Amino acid sequence: MDANEKRKVILENYSHPYNMGIAETDGYIKTNSNNVSCIDNIDLYVKIENDIIKDVRFTGEACAVAISSTSIMLKEIIGKSIDDVLAYTSQFKNMVDDEPYDSNILNNANVFDSVVRTGNRKVCAYLPYNALLEAIDIYKGVDLKEKKG
Amino acid sequence: MNREDFPMLKQDIIYFDNGATTFKPKCVIDAMSEYYSNYCANAHRGDYEISYKVDLAYESARKKVADFINASRDEIVFTSGATESLNMIANGFFAPILEPGDEVLITLSEHASNVLPWFKLAKTNGIIVNYIELDSNLHVSMANLKKAITPHTRVISLAGLTNVVGDIRPLKEICEFAHSNNIFVVVDGAQSVAHTKTDVKAMDCDFLAFSAHKMCGPTGVGVLYGKSELLESIVPTNLGGGMNESFDSIEEVYLKDIPTRLEAGTPNIAGVIGLGAAVDYLSNIGMNEIELCLIKLKKYLVEKLVTIPHIKIINEECESGIVAFNVDGIFAQDVAYYLNKYHICVRAGNHCAKMLKNAIGVKNTVRISLYFYNTEKEIDKLVELLQDKNKILNEMI
Ligand SMILES: Cc1ncc(COP(=O)(O)O)c(C=O)c1O
Repeated sequence: MDANEKRKVILENYSHPYNMGIAETDGYIKTNSNNVSCIDNIDLYVKIENDIIKDVRFTGEACAVAISSTSIMLKEIIGKSIDDVLAYTSQFKNMVDDEPYDSNILNNANVFDSVVRTGNRKVCAYLPYNALLEAIDIYKGVDLKEKKG
Repeated sequence: MNREDFPMLKQDIIYFDNGATTFKPKCVIDAMSEYYSNYCANAHRGDYEISYKVDLAYESARKKVADFINASRDEIVFTSGATESLNMIANGFFAPILEPGDEVLITLSEHASNVLPWFKLAKTNGIIVNYIELDSNLHVSMANLKKAITPHTRVISLAGLTNVVGDIRPLKEICEFAHSNNIFVVVDGAQSVAHTKTDVKAMDCDFLAFSAHKMCGPTGVGVLYGKSELLESIVPTNLGGGMNESFDSIEEVYLKDIPTRLEAGTPNIAGVIGLGAAVDYLSNIGMNEIELCLIKLKKYLVEKLVTIPHIKIINEECESGIVAFNVDGIFAQDVAYYLNKYHICVRAGNHCAKMLKNAIGVKNTVRISLYFYNTEKEIDKLVELLQDKNKILNEMI
């Protein structure tokens, strides 16, 4: 993909974000991620069953990169196992941090590979991932307690 | 004007974030570098030639700053910046005298540094923080100020010029009214001192806080002005070298007079010298000249922006160099990134005035803050880039 096509994908996901808005919150874990310096603010609603990400939806107000990154993240993770999602997330983090990463795993999220090199945009691109990881932690915590009980 | 004085302006950038910090003229940089290169010694020692020279330079900067705002030299305390000054005022002067139920009046457009120190006193002293209602232009009117005052009001703490709305407060009138009601007035001058002539005697404020870096000076240094009888009662929170006269035991500690008593430890000597140079520099241009220039530039910018249908200006009605706006349907930060591609530096966000959203219903804005070295040509370039919304949408990524 050349720079122009990447930009198109990002903008497309910004103008038509995937799974934005939620009607029914039962069974979803809600987490928030925000960036105080630029007021990006995203709520993620994650439904996990048997270690599979069943559904994720989001609401919030944020810049084009943060919204678009959330949209693309959702497309990439829904239906996958927690382990796969964690592997994907760690590769995305490596890309954002300018560390070596496996671009095959990132699929469409590769469109952010140059955007994250400008200014603070990497914080925006990574924003939904913070919320996602927190939701997974909460799920695991709940799970552990259940197992103990 | 005076662009040639600023090394940063040799770069291919347009800098519209002067409310955050201004560029430094070469004379300020030189004054600091001259201290480090030619007479680098500690202050308040004076036992040898270069150290004596430091004392002279440091104290002469104090005199310059005092003259700049029409204070006397013992009313000028050097701090690390407006934030530290405001905290010293709240913690050192007001914390010991305010009682539960006493009220401090601020507004929703204050900077965090003029909000959070009072919030802290609300927790520790049980004081009440109340807000003067802003009028439809987001300005403070005398009528609203009078309405907000109660028999418990002890302090009014306001920015002279706010950093998002850019409105200038009628401080002289406020001080007069406040004092006739036995209310103290604290002025956050972080923006105003850089933009307009400040005369603490004419204004009659009790305290004034400001930062060197927003007025062509270096970062890390600022000023706490207080009427001398009030400074006298500030309890030093920092104790140590430089501010004591002598000590032998816990019971026998003698402190120096103000202002030195409030400057514990080795001060930011280079910074203070740089501030002195900045004050000279601004005085040479003339603060009235600077103010007129900013009003003119702002007017020029606003007249062009209002013709663009997708731009909404938040603060058309203000006589300063600050313009806050939004592009319809585009997140402020995306606008800033778009402009950055053309090497235009603007700020997007809430600009540390986090409660302002409650007053204007807009969380985020793009802020242009002008200084006298900005030009109409730079403004033309900005306006040209904002004309076409599709161009912004396409290029913001
Ligand atoms: C109105 C106002 N008050 C206070 C401050 C704090 O100044 P400093 O960060 O230099 O302490 C600022 C800086 O942005 C400001 O604009």
